[in-house]
Amino acid sequence: MAAPAMGMGLDETDLEAEEQDATRATWTLNFGPQHPATHTTLRLILELDGERIVKATPDIGYLHSGFEKLGEHLTFNQYVTIVDRKNYISPPMNEVAWFHAVEKLLEVELTPRCQYIRVIISELARMSDHLLCTGAAALDLGAFTAFLYSFNLRELIYDVYEEMSGYRFHPGYLRIGGVLYDFNERVLDRIRKVLDAFPKVYADVSKLLFRNRIFLDRVRGIGVLTKEQALAHSCSGPLARASGVTYDLRKDEPYLCYPELDFDVPYTTEGDSWARFIVRMEELRQSHRILEQAIRKLPTGPVNVPIAEKFPLPDKLTAYNSMEGLIQHFELIMPNRGHQSPVDEVYAAVESPNGELGYYLVTDGTQSGWRVRTRPPSFIHFSVFPLLIKDHLIADIVAVLGSLNIIAAELDR
Amino acid sequence: MSTTGAPSSTETQTETDPQAATLAVIAGVLGEGGLKPSRFRDNLRVHVPAGRLFEVLSALKASGFNWLIELGGTDYLGYPGPARASRFEVHYVLKNSTTRERIIIKTGVNDPDPTLASAYPLWPGADWMEREVFDMYGIRFEGHPDLRRILMPEGFAAFPLRKDYPLRGRGERHNFPRLTRGET
Repeated sequence: MAAPAMGMGLDETDLEAEEQDATRATWTLNFGPQHPATHTTLRLILELDGERIVKATPDIGYLHSGFEKLGEHLTFNQYVTIVDRKNYISPPMNEVAWFHAVEKLLEVELTPRCQYIRVIISELARMSDHLLCTGAAALDLGAFTAFLYSFNLRELIYDVYEEMSGYRFHPGYLRIGGVLYDFNERVLDRIRKVLDAFPKVYADVSKLLFRNRIFLDRVRGIGVLTKEQALAHSCSGPLARASGVTYDLRKDEPYLCYPELDFDVPYTTEGDSWARFIVRMEELRQSHRILEQAIRKLPTGPVNVPIAEKFPLPDKLTAYNSMEGLIQHFELIMPNRGHQSPVDEVYAAVESPNGELGYYLVTDGTQSGWRVRTRPPSFIHFSVFPLLIKDHLIADIVAVLGSLNIIAAELDR
Repeated sequence: MSTTGAPSSTETQTETDPQAATLAVIAGVLGEGGLKPSRFRDNLRVHVPAGRLFEVLSALKASGFNWLIELGGTDYLGYPGPARASRFEVHYVLKNSTTRERIIIKTGVNDPDPTLASAYPLWPGADWMEREVFDMYGIRFEGHPDLRRILMPEGFAAFPLRKDYPLRGRGERHNFPRLTRGET
């Protein structure tokens, strides 16, 4: 089949038309796709009146990689490598969300230890994500030191990933009905190191930012989102909570073992960039609280669901050293065997650092999805950006963009 | 005549159902005979004919479903389940932010000209999500203010998430026109 003709898009002609229209009082500026403050690849076409932004038009898709199409061709366990690469700032969170949907569809009941392990890696991912968001935004706004402190702590979180799975950046740690390897004492030691280092980093970063006159001047009252707008524009997570929508899936539609843990859901009603940073900083403290409890309460016992349930891949030791493990491994890996999925569909979501991360999963009875629709918080939050930035100055773009925490890999998928 | 096939799960609607009030709202629009709820795990889904979609969504919004959580499409070409009258289905996951109730509205559209009413006038958050469904499946949303492709390039000719579009594409990447420095 002949390839379709590919034009260069609307942008070139748009720019030409604007050049001819000499009566226009506004001018157009491209922000990105390569710009240090976008951190990843996204583009804004700004219509400016002097330095005031009359209209911002996001142009996305530069990182579109067909992740949802791939999900229709990979098995549930294979797809974990792809979900890791969606929000690559907090990969374990994506894995938790993906297997939350798969396990709801297959009706797998996790063991208590596995639930705690998943909560622990979710909260580590949340800390990692919030630290990056706050640190990188501070970097863009000129506060370089806060960025260094927060990234230093993120290194310790990567050490935990490395110890638990063998990979620092994309752990690929979860499997249907369990995890790749059980937590051992060394993993717990590294988590304790993160927990011990956290209070000092938190104190340093919050003092460097929230007692910093320049930082406050640049984020207070910038990019205000009201509660009504937050709901109407489908916002969730810290963005909605900064605007007064006190909704957190961990509390309101509990999953895993969150009901057994004691934590608060911070919110503010200001709705500006400052509020979003404050909510994220407070969520860091709550994650720390959850982690301390989860480490203390971590139950003993098996981590994967029993091998008789036919879902979990046996770990390497069992697969190589026992007949049952080898048979189970073979049964699951061979494409014409394996577990059967229902011919049905399900929507399931978890509270990711950025908001509700859900999967609409349609299955056709095989081991891979028929339709793997992600509900990506970055995508939905970036659509609010033109509303937030309207009538602000060019310099405010980084303050608003930083507070939304747009991850382009998740934005474009 | 409904546009969607019967869902595979058992149909239940009991007196003690906490979501009975919501179903009554939809029944108020469609009439008792038109209501087709189905449940799977903790999801409550209602299939709605494409022509009545906007009425149902408006009634639900008026009854407190103020949050459009998710909107997406699916192509059921060759799907093994019960026969469906329409090839594409679009799902709307709605949430009530005060009662925490969730409901999934599903509606079917068919080739050659799949068209639905846009949810943009009710929830502006539908803007990009509808653009993505259009981009990936070619389903048009009437009343959408700016229905353009969002992830694929403007000049792209196919709809990549359709089931008849191959995983490795049709050579678009290979044949992408390259500009040399002299041409720019």
